[in-house]
Amino acid sequence: MSILDCTAVELSEKIKSGECTAVEAMEAVFERIGEKEEAYHCYITADKDAALKRAGEVQKRIEAGELAGPLAGVPVAVKDNICTKGILTSCASKMLMNFVPPYSAAAVENLERAGAVLIGKANMDEFAMGSTTETSYYGATKNPADPGHVPGGSSGGSAAAVALSECFMALGSDTGGSIRQPASYCGVVGLKPTYGMVSRYGLIAYASSLDQIGPLTKNVADAAYLLEAVSSYDEKDSTSVKEADRDFTSALAEDVRGMRIGVPRDYFGEGLDADVKEAVLAAAGKFKEAGAVVEEFDLGMVEYAVPAYYTIATAEASSNLERFDGIKYGYRTKDFEGLHNMYKKTRSEGFGAEVKRRIMLGSFVLSSGYYDAYYLKALRTKALIKKAFDEAFAKYDLILGPVAPSTAPRLGESLSDPLKMYLGDIYTIAVNLAGLPGISVPCGKDKNGLPIGLQLIGDCFAEKKLIRAAYTYEKLTTAELK
Amino acid sequence: MKNYETVIGLEVHVELATKTKIFCGCSTAFGAEPNSHTCPVCTGMPGSLPVLNRQVLEYAIAVGLATNCEITRDAKFDRKNYFYPDNPQNYQISQLYLPICRNGKVEIETKSGKKYVGIHEIHMEEDAGKLIHDEWEDCSLVDYNRSGVPLIEIVSEPDMRSAEEVIAYLETLRMLIQYLGASDCKLQEGSMRADVNLSVREAGAAKFGTRTEMKNLNSFRAITHAIENETERQIDLLEEGKTVVQETRRWDDNKGYSYAMRSKEDAQDYRYFPDPDLMPVHVDDEMIDEIRAKQPEFRSKKMERYKREFDIPEYDIGIITQSKHMADLFEEAAALCGQPKKVSNWLMGETLRLLKEKNEDAEDIRFSPGNLAKLISLVDAKAITGPVAKDVFEKMFEEDIDPEAYVEQHGLKTVNDEGALRQTVERVLAENPQSVADYKGGKQKAIGFLVGQTMKAMKGKADPGLVNQMLREMLE
Repeated sequence: MSILDCTAVELSEKIKSGECTAVEAMEAVFERIGEKEEAYHCYITADKDAALKRAGEVQKRIEAGELAGPLAGVPVAVKDNICTKGILTSCASKMLMNFVPPYSAAAVENLERAGAVLIGKANMDEFAMGSTTETSYYGATKNPADPGHVPGGSSGGSAAAVALSECFMALGSDTGGSIRQPASYCGVVGLKPTYGMVSRYGLIAYASSLDQIGPLTKNVADAAYLLEAVSSYDEKDSTSVKEADRDFTSALAEDVRGMRIGVPRDYFGEGLDADVKEAVLAAAGKFKEAGAVVEEFDLGMVEYAVPAYYTIATAEASSNLERFDGIKYGYRTKDFEGLHNMYKKTRSEGFGAEVKRRIMLGSFVLSSGYYDAYYLKALRTKALIKKAFDEAFAKYDLILGPVAPSTAPRLGESLSDPLKMYLGDIYTIAVNLAGLPGISVPCGKDKNGLPIGLQLIGDCFAEKKLIRAAYTYEKLTTAELK
Repeated sequence: MKNYETVIGLEVHVELATKTKIFCGCSTAFGAEPNSHTCPVCTGMPGSLPVLNRQVLEYAIAVGLATNCEITRDAKFDRKNYFYPDNPQNYQISQLYLPICRNGKVEIETKSGKKYVGIHEIHMEEDAGKLIHDEWEDCSLVDYNRSGVPLIEIVSEPDMRSAEEVIAYLETLRMLIQYLGASDCKLQEGSMRADVNLSVREAGAAKFGTRTEMKNLNSFRAITHAIENETERQIDLLEEGKTVVQETRRWDDNKGYSYAMRSKEDAQDYRYFPDPDLMPVHVDDEMIDEIRAKQPEFRSKKMERYKREFDIPEYDIGIITQSKHMADLFEEAAALCGQPKKVSNWLMGETLRLLKEKNEDAEDIRFSPGNLAKLISLVDAKAITGPVAKDVFEKMFEEDIDPEAYVEQHGLKTVNDEGALRQTVERVLAENPQSVADYKGGKQKAIGFLVGQTMKAMKGKADPGLVNQMLREMLE
């Protein structure tokens, strides 16, 4: 068994017992990167020397007994929209091709405190806008199950790196499904926490009211450990939640007896691939067998999630991305005449097509005369979606459904029809609008061998229920899925 | 010409006296090296997030309570989007939809009597950085030290009808805010800035005319001048049968006229929306009660009390209470030396004279009440003479020296040695036979000259009363 087959928690045990070192683990990772990176392109930045140096320092601290946590010495990939002090953080955009942050995100500081070792920065859709990782200025990431397909997005680099063992675990960010959907497409575990669980300080904002950092891992236990390491109250983030139960790993128990699980009929209608439907309903059956109470219900409001999301997210994005203007950092156009022309050329040349599309859409919905009709209406819709979930969680502990209507599309297929791509987010988006936690767990493969993900959705702060259910399902099915 | 009425509303920006900025922990101190008081938040670094400074909220509420506003219980911050290099995020965090204070009023007093000016709202916002154009290198530089310095904007109703009322309103606001310690409110230094919205209409007309907004007004004098000038300009337009264009104008105080900056047509769409990085600000009764309990005794109350407690002229009370700093100084010094009348005299006389001479405000007074009390005691004990006291005061005004120690060190004590004084008087009499003759011939005034000569010979350190007495004795 190769060291690369270990989960993050298993690896850390080995390092602490002296069976291997953090440096050896990092060397193994870079050996794998050397083999796979050209074909799959998971990373934007992966500096071997720097990573080995960091691993060496952590190894010393482990040996000195300073680091004894469950993730000490484990190599980790971090999505490129999460600031890392002194290391290029580009958001996969030409606009930030030279941006080296003077500070690290709170989540990265938490990772360092836990003794995890940064490998490099994972590829993504430009500014996290996209569902395929094809909008990256640095080129697309490929699906580990079939390089002719996309890995999903926007955290496609993180998900593919986990699936390819180009890392032991990874951080992604999820604004409308950007952790769960690529996890589903790549056959790994992806957890989007409750809004406010992980500090957003240092996460380069796409849509501030929806963004959350979360783990992408090989299994549910790693996800629980990684979330526990990065989740904290942070006074630098006003939306960070202070009073919350963050003892996630205590939920790693194999027991769903009596758990009430709702399966929304609205998630299984038109547009859902037969293979995906079958796999997800089979998973529901597993829960029933394990003693959970599983029943169908009507969630409602499902068709309004995509338009509400693309109004709110793009509105916030249009404002969040205003700071990229060529003045203070990042790309600046070569030739220009005067300030206005500099802004115009810098932004025209620095942003890709999908980012520009969303900035235009967002600027439009906030414009004088349209604000009430679009933006305010979307906020009211968001409140109604939250209400629909509140009613569901009065009856159920969890909601079970697919992550995405299909498995990973072919490269190039999605970008040609953005509207179709947006509709692909239908099952994940409502979770962000309502601020809920959601997890994607592998639940089989389609007829072409592409992974399928099962989504479990919990009420706010119900991460532990999610983890317990996902852990139980994983234990029940690992053998047969392999 | 028809009879016109001027209608004026004000937007007043006040820089709050917090130690740190509104959304980060950087210092607000003025005059530091460019970009030395900055961090990822106030330079708009990607991934940085704002966190509200509670002191800003407290000051805004305190000003709202002092201006009889309703306090918004769930206020929000909104983003005002516009591109400019002094604004690092290219949006300003401000308040549009739910400002912290609304529907207030303040009472102003002019020669024609008292009236109320309505306060439409007060909102909190962040200041921008500063652009400096380098003519030599032909490039612009930006200093973000001021970026994120907290401001409140006080928006009045269009209730003022003359420059005199505008000045009275601004003076009233300035005093309230200075009394609260929420700002030093200096127009010249930009910690208080006023934009004037002005329109004219025929007297008795029901509707307002088209207004203009005047910017760059850095003194009360400039405000008065600009209001008079703009009123005339608008009336001239109407008299010529033309219309007033709704626009923003910039006042050039050196040239004494304004020019159009931008019209309503090219007004930007700021695309305001609630800032998703900040939570709504909840204000509960407890917080309001706490802030109310901390409110100082404002000027009108203080004036009434002074009239009861101190035997000093009403005019003096009016001047002293214009500044809380001066009023505090007065009360403390009076308590220490027990002579309010004498304290008031020093403030009304020498202090005001020196402030005017140095072009400073009452807020700039640096000497301590203790030292003023000591100086008064020295004069009372006849330890120093009046002229010496004035010199010592001037030193104290500049450097807040301890007058007792200073008088001691510089040998300024009055000479009470009668022998030495008698010798000097004898010498003066001997040297000025003409004056002696004049006096003896009935010219009483001549004694004044002789007193002066004696004081000069004594270098001011003699008691003039004693000199006078001694001269008369010796001349008789």
